[in-house]
Order: sequence, then C-alpha cells, then structure tokens
Amino acid sequence: MIRINNLYKNFGSLEVLKDVNCHVQEKEVVVVIGPSGSGKSTMLRCINKLEDATGGEIVVDNIPLNSEANINAIRQEVGMVFQRFNLFPHMKALDNITLAPMKVRGMSKDEAVVIARDLLNKVGLADKADAYPDQLSGGQQQRVAIARALAMRPKVMLFDEPTSALDPEMVGEVLGVMKDLAKEGMTMVVVTHEMGFAREVGDRVIFMDEGRIIEEGTPEEIFNNPKNERLKGFLSKVL
Amino acid sequence: MNWELIVRYLPYLLEGAVLTVQLTVMGVAFGSVLGVILGLARVSPFRFLRWLAIGYIDFFRGTPLLVQIFLIHMGLPQLGIDLGSAINSAIIALTLNSGAYIGEIFRAGIQSIDRGQMEAARSLGMSYLQSMRHIILPQAFKRVIPPLGNEFITLLKDSSLVSVISAEELMMKANVMQGTTYRPFEAYLTAAAIYLILTLTISQLVAYAERRLKTGDSH
Ligand SMILES: Nc1ncnc2c1ncn2[C@@H]1O[C@H](COP(=O)(O)OP(=O)(O)OP(=O)(O)O)[C@@H](O)[C@H]1O
Ligand SMILES: [Mg+2]
Repeated sequence: MIRINNLYKNFGSLEVLKDVNCHVQEKEVVVVIGPSGSGKSTMLRCINKLEDATGGEIVVDNIPLNSEANINAIRQEVGMVFQRFNLFPHMKALDNITLAPMKVRGMSKDEAVVIARDLLNKVGLADKADAYPDQLSGGQQQRVAIARALAMRPKVMLFDEPTSALDPEMVGEVLGVMKDLAKEGMTMVVVTHEMGFAREVGDRVIFMDEGRIIEEGTPEEIFNNPKNERLKGFLSKVL
Repeated sequence: MNWELIVRYLPYLLEGAVLTVQLTVMGVAFGSVLGVILGLARVSPFRFLRWLAIGYIDFFRGTPLLVQIFLIHMGLPQLGIDLGSAINSAIIALTLNSGAYIGEIFRAGIQSIDRGQMEAARSLGMSYLQSMRHIILPQAFKRVIPPLGNEFITLLKDSSLVSVISAEELMMKANVMQGTTYRPFEAYLTAAAIYLILTLTISQLVAYAERRLKTGDSH
C-alpha cells in the first residue's frame, strides 16, 4: 500500500531522514516509535507531501508521488490526524467533516451530511454535530478530526502522536476509536508514545533514531527481545 | 469666535462631509478588494507574484499620498488617460493607496493563522486556493477587523488631501469658507470638529464589531 524507498530529507543542512526504507501492506497497522527529533513526523509528512522529500521514492496505492496531479490524488487516499487536531475553528463539527467531501469529491451536501453523521456516530459524538471545536474537549476534538479524515474514504490513515496533546483521561477514548479502525481493516501508520497501543494493535513496530529506521519487527520482537542498544535504552525510558 | 458664521456655513461644510465619507467608504471598499489580492500575492508560492506585490506596496506606502494624487490627477492625463473628474481621481488615488496598507493588513492576518490549518486542509485533498478560500481567509477576515478600522480612520483624515485637486469634500469646503469669510479659525475648527465626530463614530463602530465577534466566540 505504501512503499518508501531510499527516502532522504534535509532541512537546510540538517539531515533529518537518511535512507529510510519502509513498506506498508494493505490492512497493516505499523506503529512508529523513537525519541523526539528522530524524524518520525517528518517521515509521515513526506508520505502525503506536507514535506518535500530531498531524495528517494514514495509510492502510495501504486500512485508515485511525483507530479502535482498525483499529489492531490494521493492526498485523497491518505487521511492524516495531527497531534494538535487542527480542526477548523470557524466551522461546526459537522461542517468540518462535510467540507472536503463536498469540495474535493464533489459530493452533494445531503450525501456528505449523511456520511458525516454516520462517522460522528461511529466516533461516539452523534450529539456534537452542531458544536464548534472550542466547545469540545481535546479528546472529542481529536475524534472529530479522525471522522473528518475518514469522510474522504481514505485507504490509509496516518496518525502523528494523536494522543500526545490530550489530558490523560481522554487518551483512552481516542485510542479506542483507533482500535476500532484497525479491526475494520484500515491500513494505518501511527506515530505514538503509547506503548500499550503499539503492543496490542500494532502488526509491526518500527523504531527510528537520528533519521534512520534502526530496528523493526513484531511488537513481541521489539518489546520483549530488542536487539539494538539504542532501542533498549529507549524502551527502558518509556516502559 | 463667530458662532453665527459657523451655523450659517455648517450645512455647506456638511455637504462636503458627505462626500468625504463617500470617498473614504469607496476607498476602503475598493482598497479592501485590492488588499485581499495583494495579501494573497504576498503569501503566494510564486516568487514573481510576491515581488510584484512587494513592489506595489513599497511604492504606495513609501511615497506621499499627496504626490500620488498629483500623479494620478495630472500625470495620467498627460499620458492620455482621462479620468473624467477630480472625484474619480480622488477615488482612484485613495483606493490605490489604501490598497497597499490593507494588503499588508491581510498579509499579516493570513500569516497569523496557524500553519496546521493549511496543512489539515491540504491533507484532506483541498487545493491551495480552496484551502485559502474556505479555511484561511474566513479566519483571517475576523482578525483584520481592528486594523481595518484603523485604516478606515486614517483614510478618512487623509482624504482631506484631495482638496488640492478641488474635489469638493470637507477640507475643500472649509478652504472656500475661509476664503470668502476671512475667518480661518472658525472655518478650520468647524472642519476639525466634523472630522473628529466622524473618526470617533468609526472607532465606536469598530469596537462594536469587535465585541460582537468576541461574544460570538471565535466563530
Ligand atoms: N520545518 C522544519 N524546519 C527545520 N527543521 C525541522 C523542521 N521540521 C522538523 N525539523 C527538525 O527535524 C528533526 C526531526 O523532526 P521530527 O518532527 O520529524 O521529529 P519527531 O521524531 O517527530 O519528534 P517528536 O517526537 O518530538 O515529534 C528535528 O531535529 C526537528 O528540529
Ligand atoms: Mg513528531
């Protein structure tokens, strides 16, 4: 579903990604872990071209990321959920969700509203359709943001630390929604510090450090039998 | 102080004040359209557009309005461009000038919106222009209301400069009153009072609009 080959990314003279190779299969849930500044967000953002890769090749759903037309095509296939939600504050929850399907997919308002209500129901917020983002808690905002991304019927969902900005008591509700998604067979790439989620939901765990993928494997391999010293050090700090 | 004279000339000056308000409203209205375009050009991904906008804004903010008025009213006809009347010249000069300031206001407004908003919109597959139109600009518009109000007040006062090309607004009428009565103090003090009432009214309106937006939360 996603093929990343020899990906390099520099910010000026700072090398943030160095020869990253990563393939994600359909319906696979890949969890990316690693210390702050290791390039996890940057890798994710390269996949839907929020960052321009310096070198290498990215192919999503057999569409190579190499032309303007392809970028918009890929963005429609790839949903993204941000650490800080990034809901549109001037729109109600429902309108946050219906906007892109109407403007990008050319869906009628009625059709988009049906889908949006269905998704709000799915994330447990059926009664919040008319709320503005600042009337919602962080956990509720993030669930609306997930619904907003899902409304485009993406084939892949990218999550960049979706629970890091949340109060602890709200983390569970967002992870719950993500678990449901994984069960339904959504292809997911999740950057997170929630090791419990990685263990339980991840099919594969990738450990990044200093712009490289240092180790990858099943959750059991990574958590119970880490080989790399840096991974061991990292795990001893976060577990 | 000759109150009788002031009362006699008041209707005459108020006629001019009406034109002053009209010129200013048109200047700000057209200038806002121009300003949005300039603001968008200033933040656009195209270097050429950015340079064009910067050049425009630098010129109109870096030269005196008085010079711009003469350039437009007297310079353009020399090139064969006939604007028809002093009032037309005045409207164009005020529009071009305020457009430069309003362009900077919109640039700042657009840039004050969190980067994550554009990223979220783009990640949903919306184009740059769709994201601007539906996500960035609606939020920016709310933030630029206070500085736009200031620009409105500035332009109202600056519009007095078009009296030099004999557009019959408030300042011009005050000049005429002074010329016929030889009572400059009464003439200009009355004009000043009218300007003050107008600017205070505008700042009240802007404060009201701001309060309305605040109580309606940030929506
Ligand atoms: N727009 C940018 N310009 C310059 N440097 C950047 C930019 N974005 C990220 N970086 C740098 O790239 C490196 C990797 O950043 P990235 O955000 O990908 O790390 P991360 O693994 O997601 O970390 P965190 O866990 O803190 O989110 C960091 O050193 C960061 O300072
Ligand atoms: Mg990050």
